[in-house]
Amino acid sequence: MAEFHDVVLVGGGGAGLRAAIAIAETNPRLDIAVVSKVYPMRSHTVSAEGGAAGVIGADDSLDEHAYDTISGGDWLCDQDAVEAFVEEAPRELMRLEHWGCPWSREPDGHIAVRAFGGMTKMRTWFAADKTGFHLLHTLFQTSLKYTTIRRYDEWFVTKLLVDDGRVRGLVAIDVMSGKIETILARAVILCTGGCGRVFPFTTNASIKTGDGMALAWHAGAPLKDMEFVQYHPTGLPFTGILITEAARAEGGYLINKDGYRYLQDYNLGTPGPTPVLRSMELGPRDRLSQAFVKEVEKGRTIDTPYGPVVHLDLRHLGERKIETKIPFVRELCQRYQNLDPVTELIPVRPVIHYMMGGIHTDLTGATPLPGLYAAGEVACVSINGANRLGSNSLPELLVFGARAGRAAAEYAANSRPPGDASYALLAQANDERHRLEQLFARTSSGGVRLAALREEMQTTMEESAGIYRMAEPLRRAAGTLCGLRERAAVAAIDDRSLTFNTERLARLELSFMIDVAETIVRAALRREESRGAHQRTDFPARDDRRFLAHSLVHRRSDGGAFVEYLPVTITRWPPAERVYGRAHA
Amino acid sequence: MRDRITAQSRSTDHITDHITLQVTRYRPEIERETTMQTYEVPCPKDWVILDGLNYVKDRIDGTLSYRWSCRMGICGSCGMTVNGEPKLTCATFLSEYAPGPVRIEPLRHFPIVRDLVVEIGDFMRKLTSVKPWIIRDREREKPLSDGEYLQTPDEMHEYKQFSMCINCMLCYSACPIYGLEPSFIGPAAIALAQRYNLDTRDQGAEERLAVLSEHAGIWGCTFVGECTKVCPKNVDPAGAIQRYKLQAAVESLKSYFMPRGSR
Repeated sequence: MAEFHDVVLVGGGGAGLRAAIAIAETNPRLDIAVVSKVYPMRSHTVSAEGGAAGVIGADDSLDEHAYDTISGGDWLCDQDAVEAFVEEAPRELMRLEHWGCPWSREPDGHIAVRAFGGMTKMRTWFAADKTGFHLLHTLFQTSLKYTTIRRYDEWFVTKLLVDDGRVRGLVAIDVMSGKIETILARAVILCTGGCGRVFPFTTNASIKTGDGMALAWHAGAPLKDMEFVQYHPTGLPFTGILITEAARAEGGYLINKDGYRYLQDYNLGTPGPTPVLRSMELGPRDRLSQAFVKEVEKGRTIDTPYGPVVHLDLRHLGERKIETKIPFVRELCQRYQNLDPVTELIPVRPVIHYMMGGIHTDLTGATPLPGLYAAGEVACVSINGANRLGSNSLPELLVFGARAGRAAAEYAANSRPPGDASYALLAQANDERHRLEQLFARTSSGGVRLAALREEMQTTMEESAGIYRMAEPLRRAAGTLCGLRERAAVAAIDDRSLTFNTERLARLELSFMIDVAETIVRAALRREESRGAHQRTDFPARDDRRFLAHSLVHRRSDGGAFVEYLPVTITRWPPAERVYGRAHA
Repeated sequence: MRDRITAQSRSTDHITDHITLQVTRYRPEIERETTMQTYEVPCPKDWVILDGLNYVKDRIDGTLSYRWSCRMGICGSCGMTVNGEPKLTCATFLSEYAPGPVRIEPLRHFPIVRDLVVEIGDFMRKLTSVKPWIIRDREREKPLSDGEYLQTPDEMHEYKQFSMCINCMLCYSACPIYGLEPSFIGPAAIALAQRYNLDTRDQGAEERLAVLSEHAGIWGCTFVGECTKVCPKNVDPAGAIQRYKLQAAVESLKSYFMPRGSR
């Protein structure tokens, strides 16, 4: 027997909850389901630290936020999407205020804003340095008052059901019972976030395995700009825990083993005692991460058991400023690295942080597959282009979560219930159930551990699709991934229990990750230029003539893939050089 | 450069010390009662309990089940009982327990689903029952275009600590009252109610009081204070409960002397 809901959301993080509330408010007659593999407040939105950009100051303008976003994205952003985004971002952030989000305040009670990397004006709203945590909990708690939202907590989605070209439901495992269930719907919105776990060293939580991207790809929706993977320049070694950009916005220095502020050697401006927007430590993330690699090559980094690091120096800020402005940074250093930034240097290195690419959607969050929508990191509208600016992702999930919710609500209200299609859908669901049962029943075939395969995939990705890329390693990686998929197909699952079987989930996640990894490698191989986060040592220049375009990776019905290109939408800002560390036009 | 990055991220070569984990196992289809299983894991200085469990899962025994996600003390998933105390396992260093062994059990006071996984539906219902959202008087409602509800840093300070709860449930696991009386609404839910009651943008205190004044609401608590001791985020639920009781007492007195409408 299948459940039925008008709109089903997959993922209960910031985008999913914002979308759910948007649907509930747009049309109270619609029956909404939020299906998530974790309880919503465990979602990875919770980890975002620094803030959320939205124009609020009298000296600021929407055009300036748009320009910073577009130039930061190395002109790969769709400018109509960016214009919609910067216009709606302040309203969405204000809506969160009305819902109770504890935004940090000025002494007079108004919203406070801070500087952030790549932004020319102070426009980043923040809730101390736990912005994502407060945003997620505010959304989750607010969502509890809508009786039309039904939650399926700890349900793992394995497949989207498509009939006659339309997405009309899904198959999921109820993790607690192990039962394989079917949920039919008029529309499905994917809000499952990113896929940082395809790499070995990431700020992403263990749940970020690209599930939604893989689900959409298998259902027939293309993935866009997957080659653009953002490194964050300052992660703690070993854990990958992120030290927020706010630490640099408040005046932190990045120094090499000689105590030298090395960013001045990389065309990022000249060092001053106080932070300067878009300069030095407040340059964009991709450029800072690339500078780290160059420092390693020059032998100017510090060796540790976890590899080379540079230092983030906050000592000159003093205990008082660190405690009031970035207390979480101190807490993280003390609890996870056993050091105190008030008196000690913080070892940092670039870590995988964010996927600019994702499921191809239009400005309403609609994918090319009718009935399927996507929002947040899992989607690519695209406002982030080749490199996302810090503090644009939280407003993005609000703006496009709400848009996808409204669009899906309208679609659902005007579409037929599965009715006639039910028979075909249930037959598909039955096939999926059989596939899963066979997969899980596989007996041990000689010691290939899932974790070993996963680590091999992660190593392959770092070696081929890391900060710098080249054709040959990417080609080899494609082959390795193929082999990994075959070995994963016969890997044993030792756990036979139905109840909360996390090994089965790990097996399904591994498949999703290998699929997503393959699309990253394919898109990276085809893009023979360097732009934003995609740096090819064999093609070091940006090539607007060939590649001012989004890549779209499609899955062929035989399991293969092909890449095609879609022009970038340019409205008012023609492509120019990205300039940091000095005045720009 | 690339080789170095790759080699180090997973390397355990520099590790010499090991520690024994004694871990609760329970698979309802197989066992009628919980058992303990022993695993030997490396114990470098910067490994937390969760790193030890992940080592087991990845390299020794894939059948061990537990919840975890962020590994940075903010998602609230990985609370367990470590040597008898409720702990966030991502924020507790293994080396603190050297030379071992370390006993790792599920959170107490919750039904065990499987191994280290507990059932939290009751907790989720309790959170929802306190109406944890802004309840505003109609006349104070304003459109978004009118901007923010002003709130000074001091006003925010009043409720801020209660907004820091990550729902890790360590306080329920530590609370002797909840252990005896499962209908007790519990520390985190009461702290969450206070988070909204003390917010200048909210006028829902009276509605929430109605929920909390029921017998299993605030009155269950006898001020043992264990909840505040174990909270990894310094939320002080015990303080929230104490304030609430005082407020509830005042309100009930008021209701004796004043007709409802004039309050």
